[in-house]
Amino acid sequence: MGRIIGALLFILTILSVVFVVMNYWPPPEAVNGMGHAIDAQFARTMVVVGVAFILAQVALGYILFRFGAGKKGERAAYSHGNNRLEVVWTIVTAVVFVTLGVMAQKVWAELHLSAIPADAITYEVTAQQFVWKFHHAGPDGKVGKLNMDLWKDPDSFGVDDRDPDAKDDIVSATMVVPVNRPVRVVLRSKDVIHSFFVPAFRLKQDAVPGMTITIHFTADKIGEYDLTCAELCGMFHYNMKSKVIVKSEQDYQKWVADMAGNH
Amino acid sequence: MSDTHAEGAVHHHQPPSGFIRKYIFSIDHKVIGIQYWCLALFAVTFGMLLSLMMRLKLAWPNAKWTMLGTLFPNGFQDGVMKPEFYLSLLTIHGTMMVFFVLTTAPQGGFGNYFLPIQIGADDMAFPRLNMMSFWVTFVGLVFMVASFFVGGPIGGWTGYAPLSSAGVVTGPGQGLGVDLWIISIAIFCIASLLGALNFITTTLNMRVKGMSLMRMPLTCWAWFTTAILSLLSFPVLLGAGLLLLLDRNAGTSFFTPSIWVTGVLQKHQGGSPILWQHLFWFFGHPEVYIAILPGMGLASQVLSTFARKPIFGYRAMAYAILAIGLLGFFVWGHHMFISGMNPSTGLVFSLITLTIGVPSAIKTFNWLGTLWGAKIRFQSPMLFAVGFVSLFVSGGLGGIFLGQTSIDLFLHDTYFVVGHFHLIMGVAAIFGMFAGTYYWFPKMFGKMMNEGLAKVHFTITFIGVYCIFLPMHLLGMAGQPRRYAQFTELPYLQHLEPLNLFLSIAAIVTISAQLIFFVNLAYSLLKGPKAADNPWESTTLEWSVPSPPPFDNFGGKIPVVYHGPYEYSVPGAAEDFIMQTSPETVPASGH
Amino acid sequence: MATAVITKPGDDGSKRKATLDAYKLGMWLGVGGITMLFAALTSAYVVRFGEAQANNEWAIFSLPRVIWVSTIILIASSVTFELARRALKNGNTQAFGSWIAITAVLGIGFLAGQLMAWQQLRAQNVFISSDPHSGFFYVLTGTHGVHLICGVLGLLFVAIRRNRYSATSRTAVEVTAIYWHFMDGLWVYLFLLLSFWR
Repeated sequence: MGRIIGALLFILTILSVVFVVMNYWPPPEAVNGMGHAIDAQFARTMVVVGVAFILAQVALGYILFRFGAGKKGERAAYSHGNNRLEVVWTIVTAVVFVTLGVMAQKVWAELHLSAIPADAITYEVTAQQFVWKFHHAGPDGKVGKLNMDLWKDPDSFGVDDRDPDAKDDIVSATMVVPVNRPVRVVLRSKDVIHSFFVPAFRLKQDAVPGMTITIHFTADKIGEYDLTCAELCGMFHYNMKSKVIVKSEQDYQKWVADMAGNH
Repeated sequence: MSDTHAEGAVHHHQPPSGFIRKYIFSIDHKVIGIQYWCLALFAVTFGMLLSLMMRLKLAWPNAKWTMLGTLFPNGFQDGVMKPEFYLSLLTIHGTMMVFFVLTTAPQGGFGNYFLPIQIGADDMAFPRLNMMSFWVTFVGLVFMVASFFVGGPIGGWTGYAPLSSAGVVTGPGQGLGVDLWIISIAIFCIASLLGALNFITTTLNMRVKGMSLMRMPLTCWAWFTTAILSLLSFPVLLGAGLLLLLDRNAGTSFFTPSIWVTGVLQKHQGGSPILWQHLFWFFGHPEVYIAILPGMGLASQVLSTFARKPIFGYRAMAYAILAIGLLGFFVWGHHMFISGMNPSTGLVFSLITLTIGVPSAIKTFNWLGTLWGAKIRFQSPMLFAVGFVSLFVSGGLGGIFLGQTSIDLFLHDTYFVVGHFHLIMGVAAIFGMFAGTYYWFPKMFGKMMNEGLAKVHFTITFIGVYCIFLPMHLLGMAGQPRRYAQFTELPYLQHLEPLNLFLSIAAIVTISAQLIFFVNLAYSLLKGPKAADNPWESTTLEWSVPSPPPFDNFGGKIPVVYHGPYEYSVPGAAEDFIMQTSPETVPASGH
Repeated sequence: MATAVITKPGDDGSKRKATLDAYKLGMWLGVGGITMLFAALTSAYVVRFGEAQANNEWAIFSLPRVIWVSTIILIASSVTFELARRALKNGNTQAFGSWIAITAVLGIGFLAGQLMAWQQLRAQNVFISSDPHSGFFYVLTGTHGVHLICGVLGLLFVAIRRNRYSATSRTAVEVTAIYWHFMDGLWVYLFLLLSFWR
């Protein structure tokens, strides 16, 4: 029986390595700087974890093969442990884990703790059961005020038409952004907690009712990217989707001009 | 006999007579332990059936299930499962498993039965409180089952506000079902608290002569630490639940801000949804250690016994249990990195979270060290203990990814998390319970379980759980979100369909294979061969008494303990094990 | 297998039970659990205070005067409990019984005062749902009150069985004392929190 379990463990190890390395089910390709950085940290972590996983499972499998009960009367090696070994592997583990942890904070700090570039375009994003709405400043670059009383109409974003800046604002069902320009996302929720998740940007942020939360990204490739809700928000949580459409600077400007005032 | 002798003397109470006092309202820790174990068996079956229905939906989202549609008319439309029913399945599955299985069987079940015996006591410190704890837990279970059948909550076991706090406007199932769910959990909190103080007092106060703390079996260390975690964390959940109930029913605004639901303003005064998350996870994180620590203690016990070797680094193991327990209180924020909480706080939580990997790693190394140079007997308890180690490694390593803030940005709320916690709680901890059952069944019921069936059960289950939960990590890495009733709507998820299908099939096979375990249990209870006092040749005190033990555990005698719990293969000893109660000498390192 | 036999209880299967120390430890642990409950409620209070204040949602209302009176009553009840314990230690069961009864009455008086406080607040139109501050007032006083009711029941239990206790056998009294004094101290803490953190 020991050999069966040992064999299973070897098979487990091999299959795990194969499936991770072959990457049959990859995520959408990362298309922003932060996404690349996260993928890199993920790969580093996978190497460390992979080594630990392989060593542990193979060691266990080998042990099961080698140290079966043997002939009757044979006794095991009597030992209560080895303090030196304990100290060594504790320190090694601690150093490895903490190093990974420290490295991980760099990307985090870039997203959350550093200033958003001044030339960022601003999008207000509002989540509600079960749809995303996007509010763009329009050609004047100034975002019109939000009037939450207008939420009496569930289809309304809440742009206050009394504000002159709001005249040319755009409200859309998808998020259109230019490539290679920073985008500031101001997140709100009308009802329950939702989460703004763009897999291709490796980006996720909860939208909490009563709070206004700001994040940012800079897309580096033109294309259309799925956006979906990543916090359980009710019945149709599985169908609360949209897209982030990254256009060339030219096409983006054209879109802004064409859609101006559309809200 | 009056109460007037000196404080340290022994008092006595008589064995009960009559069916009700013996088996229903018993104050005997052994009966209560079995009651908890049976409650957990019911809960795990219920929870498994719910998860089976979930996997059916995920693999075949538009399929018509006429029989299920008849059983649950409100949950199905023309035989197709409605999304709100799916969400209620996952909510009750999670809650049922975490509370009524993982927090009852290892601690209330095995802990209740064996802690007193392993330390040489006749019973727990407070037997009547013990009985009350069980029956209060039972009432909690009734409320939980009721919650499911009135139209279960759809907010997940984590019940985030305001989805859970704003009432029925946020979705079907968010009415009475949520109130019953909260009440069930509150009742469970109280039961756990009463149990915790019993465990701690018993461990500190009722150890027999010679049983110093450093001679306790590691199972006792685990139960003791788990009880401390329970004592400190369950009251916080109770407080949070109370505030949630008030938000829902008394118009307060602890967690609920003003929100607009389909154009209607639900006015509140600026409640904080993140406050709920803080309170919940302050409890929630220690809770997962409550779920795993007893399994770790048992793994050590079984590995040592069946390897015929002392546990490698007993002291380190005991301290690691304490360290995991302590550190477990400082990492709750890693569930909330992207919650909108202050990002600098996230940074701190991330670093502490990664340090908790260290004592867990120590335990893994020591388990491997215990097995190195061993003479392993591959009997049923050992199979599951070995499986526990493998599964704990696999699940635990997933935590290295999730604990890093930036990686969590991508993996939060994806199937990576689902795979991670299932491997640790839903499998490793369950393997701990299987190991405990196969190990202690002979002692509890006086009969042996069937080894052949056990080996088949183990093999299918071990392969099956890896087939279910390891691929979930791949799904998470592909960005598949959790708590989705179906994956049909998003373009980037479509290529994952084969993997989801494979997972569901593996789940159907694995769940079915558990029938082998139940058949083994039933058959062995009725017709199993008689068990000797010490069929596994184990050293701890429960194996020094008959199977099953007499009413007062030690037959009127008071045991004396001479040395530590894992004296196997001592050179020069008469046999390859020396019981704790045996005066035979051991080398100095055997404390 | 060798076991040392310390006492022979007659092999009738009766069990060794816990000692006074164990009961006291158990009660202290219970106190620890209740402390965590109020710690959770306190931290929720502090967090909501900060946020609500920033948004002008934290209403200031005057604490009902009767709270001062009930606080003094509760403190007095701890004193009378101690007098009861001292009497019992000196073997004076009569005085013990009287002081315990007085303590119970004072406890009930405290609860009456709390109810009056709630009534006075309602008269001012301050309800549990009025605003965060009032919400916490009701929750904190209510939760403490529920626990105190249990304490009063404990006192009544001890009072009814007063003739069973003596200097050497007073587990229930000792354990109830720990609980009662804790409830008193907890109230003083809550009173200060509600009076000054507003």
